[in-house]
Amino acid sequence: MADIALTHAPETAAELRHARMLSAGARCALPVAILLGIGFAAPLVAILGYAFATPRSFDVFRSFTLENFATLFNPSNTVWLSFLWSCGFALSTVAILAVVAYPIAYGLNVVFGRAAPLISVLFVFPLFVSENVRLYGWVLFYIKNGVLDGTLKWLGLAGGPEVLFTPGITLFGMVYTYLPFMLFPMTLGLALVPRDLVDAARDLGAGRLLIWREIELPLAMPGILIGMLLTFVLAIGATAEAKILGGQSIIVISHDIEIAFTYSQNWPLGSALAVVVTAFIGGLTLFALSKLDLDRMLGRR
Amino acid sequence: MAITHKRRDAAIWGWTLFVLVVVYLPIACGALASFNKSRYFGFPVKQYSTDWWGKTVDSIEIGMIVKTSISVALLVTVFSVVIATFGALAFARYDWKGRRLYQKLILLPIFFPQPVLGLAMLLGFNAVGIQTSWMTAVFAHMVWIVPVVTLVIAIQVYGFDPSLEEAAFDLGCSRLQVLREVTLPLLWPGIWSGMLFAFLLSWSNFPLSLYTTGADSTIPEWLYAKMVAGYTPMVPALGTMATLGAAALLLAGGLVGMLVRRRATA
Repeated sequence: MADIALTHAPETAAELRHARMLSAGARCALPVAILLGIGFAAPLVAILGYAFATPRSFDVFRSFTLENFATLFNPSNTVWLSFLWSCGFALSTVAILAVVAYPIAYGLNVVFGRAAPLISVLFVFPLFVSENVRLYGWVLFYIKNGVLDGTLKWLGLAGGPEVLFTPGITLFGMVYTYLPFMLFPMTLGLALVPRDLVDAARDLGAGRLLIWREIELPLAMPGILIGMLLTFVLAIGATAEAKILGGQSIIVISHDIEIAFTYSQNWPLGSALAVVVTAFIGGLTLFALSKLDLDRMLGRR
Repeated sequence: MAITHKRRDAAIWGWTLFVLVVVYLPIACGALASFNKSRYFGFPVKQYSTDWWGKTVDSIEIGMIVKTSISVALLVTVFSVVIATFGALAFARYDWKGRRLYQKLILLPIFFPQPVLGLAMLLGFNAVGIQTSWMTAVFAHMVWIVPVVTLVIAIQVYGFDPSLEEAAFDLGCSRLQVLREVTLPLLWPGIWSGMLFAFLLSWSNFPLSLYTTGADSTIPEWLYAKMVAGYTPMVPALGTMATLGAAALLLAGGLVGMLVRRRATA
């Protein structure tokens, strides 16, 4: 008995400090935990509650039915089409952004030198401009008699192509909006590649392609994966691009959720759809995050 | 070798500058449209004028909306930074039992589609009978912004030496004294960037505001409503003003941060 008590009581200064740090960490995390508990977990519970409520009612937590899910998974319901469109947009966005952002991320780490902080700020700044404003700028650019069309006509050409309100322009809008979310994790990832290692490989006679495939890519992978995950998840949930640029020619999955909540006033059905999408995104995110070491990513050596 | 490097570097520079031009092109188009005299946009602009800017500044409705946006962003900044500073200490400074799990859970709101999060919160407010207004929007913004600011400050926390705090404890400082005299001054650059992030992300947020402001309206919400129905050049004018405001704040914030750092090292 006395032995147990002794092993548990912190004796040395180091142990005392350790015990103090354990509790201090948990205490510091408490405000965040409370905020996210009330603001994030509780609303998800509310959505879950609504998802099992009687369709077209507000009987949350008082009725239980699987009818909403049955409606969703009924093959005659076209909601799976929206889901496919969203997945397709998201996958294409990720693929295009990986190619667009890689040279810039590489440049920020290796090429730009003292200009790198300024260039980073220039890429961050659009995040502080509402995406509505930026996407509407593209409407003004592409619209008939807009900047592109007007310039081409002024040059005596036939005028700009009609790209607005097509799926292609929606994809373009997503690539445009989510560039920073791919770029910065990728830059952090590439920062993890020790330059000495690359130099050593080159001295040993490795070609550029071999260095890229065997050293740079694998070592930068955690950052690249976070970027891909982030852009994929954000693009799956994106609505503004399809609404403003796509002119609602394609209904994406979050737009379907909104429609259920607003026009059709069917909160339970919208909730069921939100639950399905959340489960998909949450599963994917947790799976990917469980494979990553955040301490290493963000700078603890 | 050197020559191929030069060519590669030039290609990377060229690509980056091209992407930057594309990034700022729509913002420039908006600014252009706001100086167009006629009600409907056409390019090349036939007659420039600042009428719409004047009308936007004079509008009482827009004045109220700007005030709402500023109030929301200020409150979000204050609350978020306080919570996120402690959150960042828990994220990066202390080794505690639940840390690995905490680091992952705190990322979930960032990885969550904001329109769905906004709707979920609307349901939540509704379920407990809270009337939505700009004050509920403050809370909604925080759910998304606190995790972002926590990450921003955590990067600073990683670079900080915990033995400085321990030395202060050993010299007899109280917990509050250590926080005020050692921890906060060392973390100040991170906290400062966190404040800028919090304000600007709240200022530009649309999807969360849409569902959680109730009868009140923020700038991005007003712009969206007018884009869908009832375009006037006041839309790009207010959009450009909001952009310029954000740029001015970022510039001023960056300068203050730099001056403080220079003074600290001098």
